[in-house]
Amino acid sequence: MAVLVVILFVAICLFFNLLGVVSLFRFPDVYTRLHGATKCTTFGTLFAAFAVIAHSVARYFATGEVRFLVLIIHTLVAAGALLVTNATGAHALARASHRSGIMPAQAVVDRLEERESEKGGATA
Amino acid sequence: MTTYHVLGFTASVVGVAAVFLIARLVGGPTMADRAVALDTMNTFVVCLMILLSAYFDSVVMVDIAIVYAALSFVGTMFIARYLEGGL
Amino acid sequence: MYVFVVSFLMYVLLVWSGGTIPAVEIGIGLFVAIVAALLFRAWKPDRHWHLRGLNPIRWFWFLYYIFGPFAKGLLTANIDVAKRVITGEIRPGIVKVNPGLTNDLSKTLLADSITLTPGTLTVDIDDDGNYYVHWIYVTDENPTGEDIYGPFGLWARRLAE
Repeated sequence: MAVLVVILFVAICLFFNLLGVVSLFRFPDVYTRLHGATKCTTFGTLFAAFAVIAHSVARYFATGEVRFLVLIIHTLVAAGALLVTNATGAHALARASHRSGIMPAQAVVDRLEERESEKGGATA
Repeated sequence: MTTYHVLGFTASVVGVAAVFLIARLVGGPTMADRAVALDTMNTFVVCLMILLSAYFDSVVMVDIAIVYAALSFVGTMFIARYLEGGL
Repeated sequence: MYVFVVSFLMYVLLVWSGGTIPAVEIGIGLFVAIVAALLFRAWKPDRHWHLRGLNPIRWFWFLYYIFGPFAKGLLTANIDVAKRVITGEIRPGIVKVNPGLTNDLSKTLLADSITLTPGTLTVDIDDDGNYYVHWIYVTDENPTGEDIYGPFGLWARRLAE
């Protein structure tokens, strides 16, 4: 029973993590790659954490050892830390690549570029 | 088959996926692509540490994963600052 | 105050390993939490010591937000991105949207929510509170906030302002 739940979580984790890898090779520019890399790998790692939690719950009820409860708490803290830092890191990388002059490929509209050129025009 | 085997297998697949990212890390056309690949790799390492800590029954490895997530975030921030030209 | 309580609770939570917590660990936790709170105060001297961040009702709504609307958004976002990775159907662009938030915390919360929800990634925020959002499939070049983040703007205002 516990094995089936863990297999389900692990299958979702592997699917999205591998999709994150594929998106890095398939998308044309750094912004779309960030979409794939951030969302898919965060979701996949979250499900890896869920799989570990399911495993720990099953082991706790099987053995009654308290260290599995500690493992659950620490895994939850790690997943929460990852959820916050990944989103913020993606935001920082996107802003940095736009400021370093990489324009989005195949873009239909770029308001940030318009604002920056306006500002450049005003000072020049 | 126990849950230990499932977690160990998953950890090995995630490790192999992280190795594939080296292609983007080396061959990314711009510096930002390399930074994205590195960030993804950090996430995979955290995932690997969580899975392996359950596999080896050691809580200490999850603590290391928390610290690694925080430090990799600081590293990503520094790379981003460097790309912006503020460093 | 908020920093002190959260860092102390986090220390105790991480140090707990079954059974009772020794008194020396509580002492170390208090010391670390005091240092963290003083550092935060030195970094932002204009902040006041207030108890608003500790209101349990706000924490309840925050947890509800994380496990309710945010989790649902995360799920749909991932299915959406998975579809786009497989089919390769993209129409990217950077659009501008102004949710009219003033607080740093609510801005951060909304930016993180935008990044982890369907098809959008926050690129930059300027001083006027305009968000520049990279949208993977642009359907409207001058979108309203609702198009980009749905109910998350209301949630950010409710939770953090």
